[in-house]
Amino acid sequence: MNPLYLEASVVVLGIFLLMAEAFSGPGAKRGIAYLGILGLLGILGATFFADPAAMNASAAYAKFYSADPLALFLKQFALLTTVIVLVMALEYAPTVEANLPSERRGAGLGEFYTLPVLACAGLMWMASAVDFVMIFVSLELVTITFYILVSYLRRNENSLEAGTKFLVLGALSTGFLVYGITWIYGVTGQFNLAAIAAKLPLLDQAAAPALLFGFGLVLIALGFKIAAAPFQFWVPDVYQGAPTPVTAFLSVASKAAGFIVLLRVVQTFLVVPALQEKILPLLAVIAGATMIFGNLAAIPQSNLKRLLAYSSIGHAGYLLLGIVSIGAPFAGTAIVFYLAAYLLMTLLAFLVMTIVAQATGGDDLANFNGLNQRAPHLAFALMLAMLSLAGIPLTAGFLGKLFIFECAIEQQHWGLVILGVITVAAGFYYYLKVIRAMYWQQPADPDAPEIAVSALAKLTIALLCALIIWLGVYPAPLLSLLP
Amino acid sequence: MSPLLSLILIPLVTAAFCMAGSAPRRISLFGAGANLLLSLYLLASYNLEIGGFQFVSENALFPAYGLSFSLGADGLSMVLLLLATLVTFAAVWVTPPVEKSPGMFYACLLLISGGAIGAFASIDLFFFYAFHELALIPTFLLIGIWGSGDRQRIAWKVTIYLAFGSFILLLGLIGLWLAVPEGLRTFDIRLLQQLGYAGLLTPGPAVYLLLFFGFGILIALFPFHTWAPEAYASAPAPAAMLHAGVLKKFGLYGLLRLVVPIFPEEIQQFAHLVLILLLGNILYVGFVTLAQKRLDLMLGYSSVMHMGYAFLGFVALNQLGLAGLSLMLFAHGLTVAALFALCGEINRRTGTLEFSELGGLAGVTPKLGLLFGFAAMASVGLPGFATFASEIMIFFGAFARGAVGSFNWFQTATALALWGVVISAVYMLRAYRNIFWGARGSAVKADTADISSGVRWAVILLLAVLLLTGFRPGLLLDYLNPVFAYLP
Repeated sequence: MNPLYLEASVVVLGIFLLMAEAFSGPGAKRGIAYLGILGLLGILGATFFADPAAMNASAAYAKFYSADPLALFLKQFALLTTVIVLVMALEYAPTVEANLPSERRGAGLGEFYTLPVLACAGLMWMASAVDFVMIFVSLELVTITFYILVSYLRRNENSLEAGTKFLVLGALSTGFLVYGITWIYGVTGQFNLAAIAAKLPLLDQAAAPALLFGFGLVLIALGFKIAAAPFQFWVPDVYQGAPTPVTAFLSVASKAAGFIVLLRVVQTFLVVPALQEKILPLLAVIAGATMIFGNLAAIPQSNLKRLLAYSSIGHAGYLLLGIVSIGAPFAGTAIVFYLAAYLLMTLLAFLVMTIVAQATGGDDLANFNGLNQRAPHLAFALMLAMLSLAGIPLTAGFLGKLFIFECAIEQQHWGLVILGVITVAAGFYYYLKVIRAMYWQQPADPDAPEIAVSALAKLTIALLCALIIWLGVYPAPLLSLLP
Repeated sequence: MSPLLSLILIPLVTAAFCMAGSAPRRISLFGAGANLLLSLYLLASYNLEIGGFQFVSENALFPAYGLSFSLGADGLSMVLLLLATLVTFAAVWVTPPVEKSPGMFYACLLLISGGAIGAFASIDLFFFYAFHELALIPTFLLIGIWGSGDRQRIAWKVTIYLAFGSFILLLGLIGLWLAVPEGLRTFDIRLLQQLGYAGLLTPGPAVYLLLFFGFGILIALFPFHTWAPEAYASAPAPAAMLHAGVLKKFGLYGLLRLVVPIFPEEIQQFAHLVLILLLGNILYVGFVTLAQKRLDLMLGYSSVMHMGYAFLGFVALNQLGLAGLSLMLFAHGLTVAALFALCGEINRRTGTLEFSELGGLAGVTPKLGLLFGFAAMASVGLPGFATFASEIMIFFGAFARGAVGSFNWFQTATALALWGVVISAVYMLRAYRNIFWGARGSAVKADTADISSGVRWAVILLLAVLLLTGFRPGLLLDYLNPVFAYLP
C-alpha cells in the first residue's frame, strides 16, 4: 500500500468526524470520540502494511515525502498518541463543558475530539518531511491546530493566557524558521535535505558563515518546538494552562515530531566536517543547559502539571544528548527508543492525572495526597509512570536513558554524561515527591468515595503499564522494529 | 523453571499476594520460610567438586546486544543467597503487628529480598544492576511510611544518595561494557571474568574509579557514609535488618564479582587511597560510634565502621583476604540483623533507645539481655562467632601483603585497623552495660515485658548459624575458597 494514503485517510477521518458532529445530537458527542479512536486504530493497523516501494519514485511528491522506517515508526507513534489523547479527552469532557460559554449541552465537545485527529495528520506529514517547504507546512498545520486547542477553555483565564503566549511565541519561532530556511536556500539553492547534503561539500569556505547563520535560525525555531533551553520559557505556563489532554499531546507528539525534524536537519549538515565542528558543540551546550534547567526547575514545583512540564524539558535534554552523540552507530535507535518510552510514561502520567484531577478538583500535588487510599490502582499506575520517568530499572524509561548514555560515553562526551547523572539524581527527587504525596500523606477527606474510572480508561491504563514494564524487561521486539 | 528463578520469584509472588490478600504475615512467613528451605537445598546440591557457576539458565532477550536474562550461582553467590533468605525469614518473623497497611509493609520487605536475591543470582550485568535498583523503592517507602524520627527527610536523603551512587555505578558498568573488544561485547559476567583473567579486558583507571566509588557509596565507604546511620536508625527494625544485612552487601558482592577479576592492577595502583579511606571508616567512624547516645544510631555507625574491614580484605587482593571478606559478608549480615531485631524489641518494650533513659533492663527482661549479650559479642568479633573467623582472615591476609623486616603501607594500615577491634569492644560493652546493667533507668519499669517469642526464636536462629559457622567456618569456606583459588 502506498504510505501516502495514511495521511490522506487521517484527514478524511477528521473531515468525516466534523460532518458527523454537525449532524449529531448533544448526547452523541462521545460517539465522535469513539469513532475517532476506532478510525485511528484502523489506520494504525494499516501502517504495518504500508510499503514505501509502492511510491512512485519519479513523482514530484517523492522529493519532499519520505516513507523510510523512521518516518513509518513516527506515524505509528503519532497515531497511538492521538488515540490515547482522545481517551483522555473523553475523561476531560466535563471540564470542557464547564469552561465553554455556550449553554447548550455538549457544545464544542465534537471539535475538541476532532482537532487532535487533524493535528495527527500534520504530525504524520512532519515525520515524512525531507524538504524544508514540507517541514514548514506540516509544522504550521500542527501548530495552528494547537493554537486552537491550547486556548480551548474560553472561560478559563489560564487557558486563554496560555493560548496567547503560545500564539505569540509560535509566531515568533515560525518567523525564525522561515528566515533560516531562506538563508540556507540562498546559499545552496535547494529546499530538499538530500540535495542540500549533496551540495554542501561542494561549497567554498566563504559560504560557511551564512550557512551556519541559517542553521542557527532553524535551530532556534526547532528549539522552541522541542522546548530546549534557552527557548523553553513558554512551556510551564502553556502546559499548565492548556486543557490536560492537549498538554499531553503537546508534550509527547509535538515534541517527538520536532525531534525527528531536528534529527533529519542535523544529519544533513553533519556531512561537512567543518560544519560538524561548529554544530556539535553548540548542540552540546543546548543539551547541557536543557538538562540542568528542566530538572532543577522541576524540584520546587507543587503542581503536578507544571512539574511534568519541567520534567518534559529535562527529557528533551536527554534526547538532545542523544542527538549530540549521533556519531555513535546506535544513536538513532537510542533516540527513537527513548521517544517511545517517553510516550508511554508521559501519557500514562497525564491520563491518571486527568482522571484524578476530575475527581479531586485540581492538579496540585496536594490533590494527590493519600491517593493510595482512595484509588490504589490509579496510585500504582502513576507510581509506575513516575518510576519510569525517573529511570528505575525494569521500566522502559531506564533502558531509554541507558541507551542514550551509552552512546554519549561511546562518543566520549564526559562532561555531559556527568551533568546527566547529576540531573537524573535530581529527577529522582521530584518524581518521588509525587509518590510521597500518594503514599505517605493523608488524604484531605479520608471518607471520600473511591474514584470511578471508565472501562476504556482502565483498559488504556493497564495497557500502558504493561507496555512500560514489557519494554523495560524485554525490549528486543521493539528494537527490531526500529530503523 | 530453574531453581534460581524460583528463588527470585517466590518473594516477588508472595509480595503480590500480600498486597492483594489478607493475612499478609502468615503468607510472607510461609514464602520466606519456603525460600530459606529452597536455598538450603540448593546449597546442599551445589556440586563442590565441579565448582564454578551452577544452576545456570539463560534466556536471550536481545541477542544483538548480548543481553539475556541469565541466572547462575557460584560458591560466593550461594553463600550470599543463603544470607539473603535467612535474614529475610528472620526479618519477617520479628515484624511486630503493623498498624498502617500491613500488606504493603510485608510486600516491601519481600521486594527488597527479591531484589537482593535477583542481584546475587544474576550472571547478566544488566539484571545484576537492575535487581538492586529495584530494591531502592521499597526502601524509600519503608522508611517514609513506617520510619521513626524525621522519616521523610531521611527517606529522601537515602534514596537520592543511593540513586546517585547507582548512577555512578551504571556509568562504570557502561564503561566496562564499552571496553570489551567489539565483537566480544557481552553482558555475561562469566565471560567478562574470563576476559579479565586472560588480561584481554583492560578498561583502565577511570572505569575502575567509577565502579569503586559507585559500589563504595552503596557500601557506605568513608566519606560517603552519612546516609547509612540515619537510615538504619529511622527504618523500622525489619527494614534495617534487610538493608544493612543483605542489600548493602550488594556493593561488596559487586566488588568481588566484577572489580577483583578485571582490575587487579588498578586495585594495586590505588591501594594507598583505599587504605586511607578504609582507615577513615574504621577509626574516624569508630570514634563517632563511641560518641553516640542512642542505640539505633550507634548500631548504624558500627555497621558502617565494620565496612572498613571489608575494604581491607578487598585491597589485600589475596586468597586469604578475599575469602575472609566473603565470610564477613555473611557473618556481618547475620550479626547486624540480630542486633537491629533486638534494638527494635528494646524500643518496643521501653519506648526509648536513649542510653540515659535505659539501664538495668536485664533485671526485668533476662532473655532479651542474654541474647543481646551474645549478639554484641558476635559484633565485637569474639572467637567462636563467624565474625571472628572472617576478621582474623582479613587481618592475616592484609598483613601478608607486607615485606619481612620493615612495615609497609599494608602492615601499617592493618596494625591501625586492629585498633578498631578495641574501639568496637569499648562501645559495644558500654552499650550493653548502659542498657542492661546498673541502676534501673527511667524508661525501665518493673513490669516491662520480656522479649516476644517471635523475635527470640528469630535471633536464636541467626546466632546459632553464626556460632555454627564460627566453629566450623570450613562449612562456608569450602564454597568460598575456590572462587579466589587463582590468587596467591
